[in-house]
Amino acid sequence: MQQATLNQRKILTSVLAWLIGLMIFFPIFWTILTSFKTEADAIASPPMLFNFSWTTENYTEVLSRSNYFLHFMNSVIISVGSTILALIIAIPAAWSMAFSPTKRTKDVLLWMLSTKMLPPVGVLIPIYLLFREWGLLDTRTGLVIVLTLMNLPIVIWMLYTYFKEIPVDILEAARMDGASLKNEIIYVLTPMAVPGIASTMLLNVILAWNEAFWTLNLTAAKAAPLTAFIASYSSPEGLFYAKLSAASTMAIGPILIMGWFSQKQLVRGLTFGAVK
Amino acid sequence: MKFISRVFVSAITLSFLSLSVAAETITIATVNNGDMIRMQKLSSEFTVANPDIELEWVTLEENILRQRVTTDIATKGGQYDVMTIGTYEVPIWANQGWLYELDNLGEDYDIDDILPAIRDGLSVDGKLFAAPFYGESSMVMYRTDLIEKAGLEMPDAPTWEFIAEAARAMTDKDNEVYGICLRGKAGWGENMAFLTATANSFGARWFDENWTPQFDQPAWKETLDFYVDLLNDAGPPGASSNGFNENLALFQTGKCGMWIDATVAGSFVTNETDSTVADKVGFALAPDTGLGKRGNWLWAWSLAVPAGSAKAVAAQKFVGWATSKEYLDLVADQEGWKNVPPGTRLSLYENETYLAEASFAKMTLESIQSADPTNPTVDPVPYVGVQFVAIPEFQGIATTVGQQFSAALAGTTSVDDALANAQSTVTREMTRAGYIK
Repeated sequence: MQQATLNQRKILTSVLAWLIGLMIFFPIFWTILTSFKTEADAIASPPMLFNFSWTTENYTEVLSRSNYFLHFMNSVIISVGSTILALIIAIPAAWSMAFSPTKRTKDVLLWMLSTKMLPPVGVLIPIYLLFREWGLLDTRTGLVIVLTLMNLPIVIWMLYTYFKEIPVDILEAARMDGASLKNEIIYVLTPMAVPGIASTMLLNVILAWNEAFWTLNLTAAKAAPLTAFIASYSSPEGLFYAKLSAASTMAIGPILIMGWFSQKQLVRGLTFGAVK
Repeated sequence: MKFISRVFVSAITLSFLSLSVAAETITIATVNNGDMIRMQKLSSEFTVANPDIELEWVTLEENILRQRVTTDIATKGGQYDVMTIGTYEVPIWANQGWLYELDNLGEDYDIDDILPAIRDGLSVDGKLFAAPFYGESSMVMYRTDLIEKAGLEMPDAPTWEFIAEAARAMTDKDNEVYGICLRGKAGWGENMAFLTATANSFGARWFDENWTPQFDQPAWKETLDFYVDLLNDAGPPGASSNGFNENLALFQTGKCGMWIDATVAGSFVTNETDSTVADKVGFALAPDTGLGKRGNWLWAWSLAVPAGSAKAVAAQKFVGWATSKEYLDLVADQEGWKNVPPGTRLSLYENETYLAEASFAKMTLESIQSADPTNPTVDPVPYVGVQFVAIPEFQGIATTVGQQFSAALAGTTSVDDALANAQSTVTREMTRAGYIK
């Protein structure tokens, strides 16, 4: 009897999980489906699920009109570059807050997080002027810097949470064995926090890949990543949904595939320390 | 030693030579629509004729483009050398000193061939600050078969009363045919473009001569009552979320009896590839109420050179090419006359081939010529602009008012409440901005 109830609950939970999963995936599925429709079919009412004439024309047109590879490479460089830079800064910062806290550490952490509460547009003009002065407008270096700064509070917070789970005794033992601070962080702390660092890294890459405020406002032609590539397919006068969907599919494809391959690592890292 | 110095001198000469022939790259910011994409495609003709100039394109959605070019121009960022802007921005930006005067468009550039209404909209104190790439007004596009079935005949210059009668007569909701499709989606360039132009024909205006908002006047109430009642009776379901593209889709799939919108749609609805009703479309002027103003607007997507550009000479050269008569010939030659950017040049409307191929051409020209941005309303106003008020605050306040009017159409608020809210919001913002003392 008890077993039957348990099984029923399991089935119910599975069904619920599948339903939620499908709901979350539906917009992506619809975007991919629309990318294979003609513009007329894309806006047909009632919407067509599979009974439309399939075409790859949108992909051909998008590829012929835009330099996809340039935008793709910009996205890769900006997201990976900003993630590496953020980790270089965040690992020592999180270490000091986790293992050598002061009475102001909590305040500093909260202050860092509070910077994320400011609407980005509030600092657009000052940052734009600084970028103009320093010649960083429409450069990948400029975007790497700005995205590093934007995501740094989250990276430090995540790493701080993971580091707090590591017993300080292990680090002390390393110190007693004569490890310098640098060696302690590189050879003792970092290997133990690999799941946490990896998931922070993956999350930061995803955040940077999808970032669409700074990447749209600080770039023009040379450093524009895939967000700008998508934005170029929306039209004020004329049908565009099918081509926009093709561009979106091409833009989200790489990060979606990366997410699938690394989901185990991502979930492991995100739930690290969640259950004691 | 002699050999080394020769090599050294040659190297220096070569590097100077390479510098002198190095192409100058100009960056062009543009919106994604058919005519602009075609320009991008054909621009190799320009670079072949001007090997010293290279082109870089930044194509963006209209609102993102507006945000980016405004930031760039206000900070003199210099990211763009040519910008695509509309008739709303030109007078405001020119007065701020943000645009170069276009006085170097080429010796053969025929400036007098530009349609006077469009040229006036892009000039300040008689100086041209943007060159029109394509121009548009608004007009009635209607189904000839449905109006015939309703036993009516569309005049060239209909009244709103006739439009309402025809819309109700053409409606067949059981077969998903709606008499009229109009913009309902909130936004200063969406429902407020249509409603501001319509209000002009009902004798309404945004402000009196002292910048006092006029939404509490009977003419606005009449306009909004008429619009809401008409769409409730003869409009498609969910009209409050329909903009240009949604209505275009409805019309092309045979679900609208009439559609009053941009003249540029004339080529879309008669395009046999995309439109199922291509051979059953007629055109008429935007309606009036007999007060002397029609409900048609005036807009031109235009090319301008920002004051922050360090390559203004090359940029003007490109603008001169893209907005010239020769460019229209090039498009006609490569893509056919129907695809030529409309609404900018008088000579296009004297071209018999174009007139024969584009059934919407005559009405487009008449609509553009009948719009008067400097005298848009029945009663006098202190502003310029037909479907907008050319002040920097307009985008914000018109979007807020547009949300109120869209809510009235959706039935979530009443017409009276929407107008009262519009009056109080606009009064507050205009007082804050210093227009009302």
